[in-house]
Formats: sequence, structure tokens, C-alpha cells
Amino acid sequence: MPLIKNGAFVEDSFQTVADDAELTSNGTIVSLARFQKDRETLLARNAPLGVRLQSSESPEVLGEDVQRLSVVVLEFPKFRDGRAFSWARMLRTRLGFKGEIRASGHFLYDQLAYMTRVGIDAFEVRENVTLDDFARALGEMTYVYQPSADGRRTIRDLRAHPRT
Amino acid sequence: MYRYDEFDARVVADRVAQFRYQVERRLAGELTEDEFKPLRLMNGLYLQLHAYMLRIAVPYGTLAPKQLRLLAHIARKYDKGYGHFTTRQNIQFNWIKLVDVPDALADLATVEMHAIQTSGNCIRNVTADHFAGAARDELEDPRILAEIVRQWSTLHPEFSFLPRKFKIAVSGSEHDRAAVKFHDVGIEIIKNDKGEIGYRIYAGGGMGRTPYIGHVVGDFVAKPDILAFLEAVMRVYNQSGRRDNLFKARIKILVNALGPEEMRKQVMREFEEIKASGALDVPAEELARIAKYFAPPAFEALSDDVPGYEAARRSNAAFRAWTKTNIAAHRAPGYAIATISLKPIGGVPGDATHEQLDALADLLDEFGMGELRVSHEQNLVLPHVRKKDLPAIFAKLEALGLATPNAGLVTDIIACPGLDYCDLANARSIPIAQEISKRFADLDRQHDIGELKIKISGCINACGHHHAGHIGVLGVDKKGVEYYQLQLGGSGAEDASIGEVLGPAFDKHEIVDAVEGVVGVYLERREKNERFLDTVRRVGIEPFKERAYQGWAFHI
Amino acid sequence: MAQTDQILTANRLRDGEVVYWSRGRWVAALDAAEVFGDDPAAKAALKAADASVQDRTVVNPYLFDVRVEDGVRHPVKEREIIRAAGPTVRSDLGKQSSEAFDVSL
Repeated sequence: MPLIKNGAFVEDSFQTVADDAELTSNGTIVSLARFQKDRETLLARNAPLGVRLQSSESPEVLGEDVQRLSVVVLEFPKFRDGRAFSWARMLRTRLGFKGEIRASGHFLYDQLAYMTRVGIDAFEVRENVTLDDFARALGEMTYVYQPSADGRRTIRDLRAHPRT
Repeated sequence: MYRYDEFDARVVADRVAQFRYQVERRLAGELTEDEFKPLRLMNGLYLQLHAYMLRIAVPYGTLAPKQLRLLAHIARKYDKGYGHFTTRQNIQFNWIKLVDVPDALADLATVEMHAIQTSGNCIRNVTADHFAGAARDELEDPRILAEIVRQWSTLHPEFSFLPRKFKIAVSGSEHDRAAVKFHDVGIEIIKNDKGEIGYRIYAGGGMGRTPYIGHVVGDFVAKPDILAFLEAVMRVYNQSGRRDNLFKARIKILVNALGPEEMRKQVMREFEEIKASGALDVPAEELARIAKYFAPPAFEALSDDVPGYEAARRSNAAFRAWTKTNIAAHRAPGYAIATISLKPIGGVPGDATHEQLDALADLLDEFGMGELRVSHEQNLVLPHVRKKDLPAIFAKLEALGLATPNAGLVTDIIACPGLDYCDLANARSIPIAQEISKRFADLDRQHDIGELKIKISGCINACGHHHAGHIGVLGVDKKGVEYYQLQLGGSGAEDASIGEVLGPAFDKHEIVDAVEGVVGVYLERREKNERFLDTVRRVGIEPFKERAYQGWAFHI
Repeated sequence: MAQTDQILTANRLRDGEVVYWSRGRWVAALDAAEVFGDDPAAKAALKAADASVQDRTVVNPYLFDVRVEDGVRHPVKEREIIRAAGPTVRSDLGKQSSEAFDVSL
């Protein structure tokens, strides 16, 4: 699946490993269930580690461990399931996660701007999505009313400080 | 009223372009209907029985003359010459074409209007007391907060794909004319012991399949904290609201599953965090800046004793009748609040023609009134009218068919569009409203009955707010045939209550008789100055049930 | 119990107009709709209608029950009666009025 990060297609340096499969020596993404079960082993490895969360799984359970993860994958089982927007936000603010938050599953072009705002920075996109599409999606709304995880200046801020 | 600056205008313009592109992609096959549906819903576009329907936002029910004129234009250019005012203070057009919607939205944008988030699983139009800024019992104009909430909730990146729709209402008075306790979040503006003004927050109210009255989750939220608090509520809901069952996805289900105490706890935890970050503080300057937009017009120093008004009441019986019900006391001496009933006897509740919309704009201009209001009871309101102008205004309204003297009376019925228009409906509601209206047309009889709020919904989604009706009627489908369930004793005011169902459903011929029957019981049993609602509450539903099902021996 | 016949309906994508299937094309009037006397024929038409969804002519095609009496099609459900004619409270609007069906879309 093509991966877009920071406005460009990038190689996926991670491999998602099933719960009962052998771990590889490269970057590995495991389910939350496996992470909780094999936590010690996984964290002891000298390889980048990622956890994949289903939409019903809050990142809260990861706690301090997020600082030791390189990537958290948020699943979108249906584009209507908007829980991941809050999970991404939680990862960035409450948990202070600075690694990659990757969206996987079914989401729409029309959600990309919101997803970016709440802190998602990598996107497993469908085959036909181009970088132009992506850039266009992000640029559709010139201004935003609310503060979010992206730190983008809000309309209220622009009103108060127009020349900064 | 609020006026857009360049930022607000740009948001709406960008949104029009965005939707235009979405329509293009849909027509080109790049979006399936399943993908397109939530996107068009978030721009207020439904596919109904006969055609598409566009629901245009009227923030807290306030409309300026230029907006009324543009709505008339929309009706003529893109629709069939009329619009329908809804129970959430919005306006709907029933015959719009998908291919025309981007252009219609572009036209709306020229007068600071849009259809953003009037549907979809997002935060909807924020409604407020339709007497805002005018009522005597008002503590503070609720539209100030409503505007702040509107901006914060518009295209919120985190809360645009909620489990279900989310409705917020604000009341600034002792008497709740916004039905806040029946909203997902209801906000009451209150004063604490120190005399400070703040907000009491209810959560988990709602109509629908399982009606609930909201629980207090914030006893007194200080003004600067309000957005942080609301964001906290939304976050708890977005994270934990059910997504497995459409009928259990509203916040009312969550609040009742967790219990109010646990809900408060979770909200407080989020709230403390957000507040500590300062990101959503509403500084005093911002509150003051927004408040300025809602400063009342400069009221003339008038006496409340207006001889011309009193003389007209004496000499003109029709005017006198109208003032009995359609005039409410205004905080400024010499002024009044006038309700324009959109419930002509036998007419379609809440509808207005393009001619009426244009004429109302002219009326506002002629009498120096800057705005009118849409009430959630599907009527219009002139909030600031000089009493001395009332006779002339009444004459104009009469000529327009807008002077029905029935505000709050039995013929002032709220009805959803129902099966005549709506894809979700089980039964028609408008013809029932029309029949009841005609049955009770006699004005003396209406006055004798007094205040009686009848609300009719064509399906369980309860857009007619039947759970909050003194008399509530719910249309149901029994093997493809329309039946109607009757309930009594609901109220959307500060004494909020959910109506109690009387028994088995009536068919479309029986229901009007049943309504007349229960009104009869009220008239027989009422004491002193009891309204219908009071009598129901005092005596219980048994006597009403008996009468409604009289002659049903062979059924039961 | 007598089996009811079925008719296939949808809404046109571009303007939301109610349309009925009639031998491979969509028509505006219930009177002109093809009536399916047996389930396999109805299901086959529903499947064929998928092409109209794919080419963005219509949305959400579905079958509904009718009884045909003296050549007149009577939908069993109130909903389809109303959908075929227009709002019962506005006889001047919808298919029941004299408005012409706009083929241009």
C-alpha cells in the first residue's frame, strides 16, 4: 500500500506482523494485544517498533511506552468511524508522542485535512491517490477556527495578531 | 447580529468550492454514494422521497432582511417557490437538484449563509431562545455564547465523524424557550452566589426512539472555560459513544449507560487537561467583542402606555385577538415581541412562500427592524417592535396571510414534513395537523382551551419533538398503513417532561377524534387557571385514556 | 395469500427525481413501469439496474410491492403511493401536477 508522509511517497520501513507470526529483524508493527502480551521482549529488541490500534482501542493504555515506539498505526475500519481523530489527538497532546502516527484502512480524501490537523502524519492511501490530490485536500480550507494538535494558527489568533 | 469578517467569509467560500469539487467527483464516479452521502449531509443535503432537500443553517434563528430576500431567491431559482422552517430554527427547501446545489450555496454565501453541518454526524446548528435580546426575564443574550460555540464547532477536525448527530441549545432566561434539556448538550446561562454569570451544562437529553432529559454535568462553568468544557464533553462522546448500533449512538445513551456521575468524572478529566493547556480559553476581550454584535438596537425612550395601540385593540377585533396570543412583553417600555404564526388554519405548518419571505424583508426595512427570528416551534418572531407600529404591521401581516392569531394555542401545531416529503417517515404528519387545525378553528374555542402545544412526528426520529408536546402524536407504520400513537404531558420548557403514551395507536380517521376527546376531558376537569398540561399532570392520563378509547371495547 | 407483483424504482442522481424501471430504461411515471410477476425476474432487473448505479444515472434502486387491478398499479405501501404522485398536501407539486418530466438531465 502506498504510504504518503510529509507530502511525499515514502518506503514503508515497517512490517506488520500477525499475532502468531515470527518477529522480523526490521521495523515491526504489532497489534495492541501482542504488544501487551510480549511487551518486554518487544521493547528489548534493537529495532524500531510500532503498535497498531483498532478504532475501539484507546492509546491511553500505552502510557509511557509510547515514547519507545516509532510508529502508532490507527485503523479506520469505516471512514464514518471517527474515533481515530481523538486517538491521534490524545497521542500528540496527553501522551506527548512525537513519532509517526499512521492512518490505515478506509478514509476519504475529504478527511485528510482533519486527519493532518489532529496529528496524523502518514497515510496508507489507495492506489489511485496522487500527491496532487493530497496537497489539494490539505489546502481546501484556508483558515481554521479551532486549535488542534498541529498548532496551526486559528482565526481568532489571526484576528488578534494580523501582522504576525 | 453577527457580521462575517474576511475569515468567516473565506471559510464559507472555501466550503462552497470544496462541495462543488465533491459533487464533480460524485458525478464522475470517483465517489460512491456511500462515500458521498456523509459529505453531502454535512452540507445539509438529503435525498428525500421526491427529490433532494437542502437544509440551510439559520444560526440561532436570526435572519436579516437581505438574507430573507436571498432565501426567496433560492426558492424561486432552485426550488418550487417556498421553504419550510424547522424545529431547529433552520429552513429547508424540498425540491433542489444536486447539480444546482453548489450554485445555490454560492448564492447563499453572498449573504453570509450556508448549509454547513445542518446534517451529518457532527455538531449541528446551535439554537437559542427566539426571544433573545428582547425578553424581560433574560439574564444575558444567549446568542453571544451561541456564536462562540458556532465558530468553535464549525468544521472541527476532531468531531466531524461522531457516532451520531450532536445538537446544542442555549437559553439565557429563567423560562427556557430553547428546550435545552432535550438537547445533546443544553446550556443555561445562570448567576452564581457571587453574582457572576456562567453556564449550567446539561448533557444527554434527546428525543428520538428513547427520549431522555439531560443531566447536569457542569454546575457552573465560568465563561472563559466554556469551550474547554464543551470540547471535553465532545471528546468523551467521540471516544466512547456507541458505534455498533445506530439507535444507541447518541450521547444520551452514553450518559445513561455510564451514569451522570461517571460522565462528569470523565468530562472533568478531559476538561482539566484542556484548561491547563489554555488552548481553548475564551478571554474576556473575545466575549466582549462577540457581545457587541448582539447589542440591542438603540431603543427609543418610550412610554409603555401607547394610546394608539390600545385604541386599535378596542376598535379592531382581529387585531385584538392577535395581540391576545401573539404579543409578548418586551424589556424596553413601549416595545413588544410579535410572533408571526406560520400555522394558518388548515395550512402546512412552518411553510412560507417566496412572496412572503420578500414581503417580510420589506416589512423589516419599512419599520426599521434589523432582524427577525425563527422559533423552534416553526413560527417567526419580530423581536423588537414598537407598540405604536403594531396596528400597521398587523395590517401588512394580514394581507400576507401571516396574521393567524394562534401563537401557543391548539392550532399552533408543530409538525415535521412526514411521509409527504421525508424518506425516513412512517406516516404523514401534515394532514393530521391540518385536520386538527380545522377541527379547532373556532377562535373562541381556541381561547377557551388556552395554551396547548401539539407536536406531531411522522416517525421515531421525532423531528416534530412529539415527546415534548402537551399532546404528542407519533406516526407509525403497521403493515404499510399509517397509524398514530397519542401521548400526553410532555414539555420542552424548564419544567421538561416526556409525554406518556396513552395506549394502542389510532388510524388516521380516529386520531383527530382522540385528540378532540382528550381536550374535552381537560375542559371538564380543569381547575382555576390550569393549562391542559397542568391538568394532565394533576389528574394523570387515566381519564384521558378512557375518553380516547371510548368505543374501543371491541379492540381491547 | 396472493403474491404481489413488484416494481423496481430508484432516484435519479442529478436531480433526485423518482424513476421506475421499464425494460432496461428509467421512466418517470408509475403507469409506465414494468411490473414483475415473479421474483426471479424482479431480482434480475435489480441486478441489471446496478449498471445505472455504476454509470451514475441513479442511486439506491430497490423493489417494492404493487397490486395491479384493471391495469392500474396500486403500490401496497403508502410511501410508494406518495412517492409516485407527490406530497398529498400539495397537489400542485410533484408528478401529480401537470409539470413535465425534465429529460434534459
